[in-house]
Amino acid sequence: MKMLTALLGWVDDRFPLTKMWKEHLSEYYAPKNFNFWYFFGSIALMMLVMQIVTGIFLTMNYKPDAELAFASVEYIMRDVEWGWLIRYLHSTGASAFFIVVYLHMFRGLMYGSYQKPRELIWIFGMLIYLALMAEAFMGYLLPWGQMSYWGAQVIISLFGTIPFGIGEPVSEWIRGDFVIADATLNRFFAFHVIAVPLILLMLVVAHIIALHEVGSNNPDGVDIKKNKDANGIPLDGIPFHPYYSVKDIVGIIVFLIFFAVVIFFIPDLWGWFLEKDNFIPADPLKTPEHIVPLWYFTPFYAILRAVPPLLSSQFPGVLAMAMAIVVLFLVPWLDRSPVRSIRYRGAIYKIALAIFVVSFLVLGWLGTQPAGGIYLTLSRIFSVTYFGFFILMPWYTMIDKTKPVPERVTDK
Amino acid sequence: MKKIIFAMICFVMPGIVLAAGGHSCGKIDCYKAKTDLNNKASLQRGVKLFVNYCMGCHSTKFMSYQRMATDLGLSEDQVLKNLMFKDGKIGDYMTTVQPAGMNPPDLSLVGRSRGNNWLYTYLKTFYVDESRPMGVNNLAFADVGMPHPMWELEGMKKAVFKTVEEKHNGEVIKTVVFDKFETVTEGSLSPAKYDQAVLDLVNYLDYTGEPAKLVRYDLGIKVILFLIILLIPAYLMKKAFWEDIH
Repeated sequence: MKMLTALLGWVDDRFPLTKMWKEHLSEYYAPKNFNFWYFFGSIALMMLVMQIVTGIFLTMNYKPDAELAFASVEYIMRDVEWGWLIRYLHSTGASAFFIVVYLHMFRGLMYGSYQKPRELIWIFGMLIYLALMAEAFMGYLLPWGQMSYWGAQVIISLFGTIPFGIGEPVSEWIRGDFVIADATLNRFFAFHVIAVPLILLMLVVAHIIALHEVGSNNPDGVDIKKNKDANGIPLDGIPFHPYYSVKDIVGIIVFLIFFAVVIFFIPDLWGWFLEKDNFIPADPLKTPEHIVPLWYFTPFYAILRAVPPLLSSQFPGVLAMAMAIVVLFLVPWLDRSPVRSIRYRGAIYKIALAIFVVSFLVLGWLGTQPAGGIYLTLSRIFSVTYFGFFILMPWYTMIDKTKPVPERVTDK
Repeated sequence: MKKIIFAMICFVMPGIVLAAGGHSCGKIDCYKAKTDLNNKASLQRGVKLFVNYCMGCHSTKFMSYQRMATDLGLSEDQVLKNLMFKDGKIGDYMTTVQPAGMNPPDLSLVGRSRGNNWLYTYLKTFYVDESRPMGVNNLAFADVGMPHPMWELEGMKKAVFKTVEEKHNGEVIKTVVFDKFETVTEGSLSPAKYDQAVLDLVNYLDYTGEPAKLVRYDLGIKVILFLIILLIPAYLMKKAFWEDIH
C-alpha cells in the first residue's frame, strides 16, 4: 500500500493523474436528481468502447476486398471461434448505439440541456452524431452484401445531384470509381476503422471536457452552481464517483439485459438491424427491388423522397435532408424559452415536442416503405411537422406559458 | 398518467400507421414452416436430402463438411461415405461442380435471405407448366428457372386458378388467383411424408444459414441470467451508497 502511494506520488509529480481523477470523477459534482434519461450518456460511452473492441477483433479476420469481403464475414460467422458473437455485438451494437444516442439527444431536447451555457456541448454532440452516421454508413458497406452495395450506391449518388457540374466529379471522387467498387470498399474500410473512430474519440473527449467545464444540467433545469456551501460545493451536487458510477453500473446492466435479448435471440430484429437482402453477396448487375437504408437513416431518407424534384433534379430533396440535420445544430439558438426543463414549460412546447417525436418515428417507418401514394403524402406531412418544430421554435417557445422554476432541484 | 399517455402517443401511434398488401410468397401467402433446430434427427435427414436433391447444382460454399458433421452429430466416416460424392477431406467446404452454362445460386445463406416460410412454401408449390423450359412453375417464385428438385418424392401436380371479380369504384376488376392443386402423378412419398421431408430440408437450410443458431439461444439464456444475478449486488451497492443522499 505504501509502495502504491509512493508510486502514485511519483506519477503525480510528472502527470496530473490524481488531479484528473478528482476533476472528472471524485470531485465532479453532478446534480443529485438525475433520472432515467441520464443513463444514456454513460451507456453511449460504453457502446463506443464496445464497438471499438469488437471492431478490432473483426479486422483480424475481415478482408477489405470486393472478391473476399462477403466470404470473410461468413468465415467470421462460422469458422472463427466466437466470431458470430463478436460480429453481432458489432453489427447489432451499431443499431443499439443509435438507439442510445437518439434517447440521449431526446433527453437534451426535453430538459433544454443545450441552452446557455451548454451550446458547445450540444454542438460537439451533434458533430459526434454526424461522425457516427458517417461511421455507420461506411461500416455498412463492408459486409459487401446487396444492401451494402446498393445502399452505398444510392447515398453516394446523392452527391451527384449537386448542380453546376460539381456533383458527378464529387461522387466519382468519393467512390474512386464510376460505380461502387473495390476502390470504394478499400477506402471505406480505412475511414471506418481508423479515420472516423479517431475523430469520434476526439469529439467525445471534447464533449465531456465541455460538459465538465460548465457542469451537468438536470431534469429541473436548475443551475446547481447558484447554491454552494462554504467549501464552494454545490448544495445539490454529489460527486460523480462514487454516486453516479455505482448508479450507472445498474443502468448499464439493465441495458445489457435488453441488449443480450436482441443479440442472442433476434440479432437481425426481423430485418430491422440486419436486412435480409444483405445476406446476398453484392451484385453490381442486379438491383434489389427495394433499396432501404438501415432504420437510423430512414427518417432523413423519407424527407429526401418527400421533396418533389425540381427541373428533374433530386437536389432539393438532398438539400432538405441535409437541412434536417443542420437545423438540429441550431437548436440552442432557436429556443427562446426562459426555462430549460419540460417540467416548467407550458403546453405548447410539450405538444411541439410530441409532434416532433411522432414525426421522426413515422418518417423513420415511411423511409422503409416504397415512396408513393398515401406514403408519399404522409411523408410530406410529417416532413413539414419535422421542420415546423425547429422553424417555429423561436416563436412558440417565446409565447409558451412557463411555470416558475424552483430555486433548488426537486425530488420527483 | 400524463407521462404514460405522452409515451403512448410517441411510441405506439406510429406502429398503428401500418398497411398491408400483396402476398408474402408470390401468388399466395406463405405457409408456416414449423421447423425445430433442436431436432437433430430432422437436421440429419435434412442434410441427406440437401446432398441428394440440391447439391447436384447448388453449393453451400461457406459451410464445411466438418462443421456440419460436428454440429449435426455425424461421424467423419458417415459424412465421407454417405454425404460426400467426391474425393475430398472432411475439412472441405460443401462446394459443387455447377452444370455448364447455368449459374445456380449458392445456398449457404438462403435461409437468411428468404426465410424458412418462404423456402417451405417454395418447395411445396411446384406445378406443371408446359410453357416453361423445365416444364414446371412455382407459386412462390414465378417463372423459376429450375426443375422441381424433389418431383420423384412428391409427384407432379397441376395448379388450378380461378378468376375473382371485385367491384372497385363501380368498376369490375378481374384477378386470377390460385385455387387448388390437383395431383397429376403420385410421388414415392405420401403428402404428409413429403411435408416432413420439406420441413427437414428447410430446417437444415435454416441451420446452414446461421450455424450459431444452434448455440446462441442457450448461451443467451445463460448470459441474461448472469446479468440478472449481477444486477442484484449492483443495485444493493447503489442503494448503500445513496443512503445518505436527499
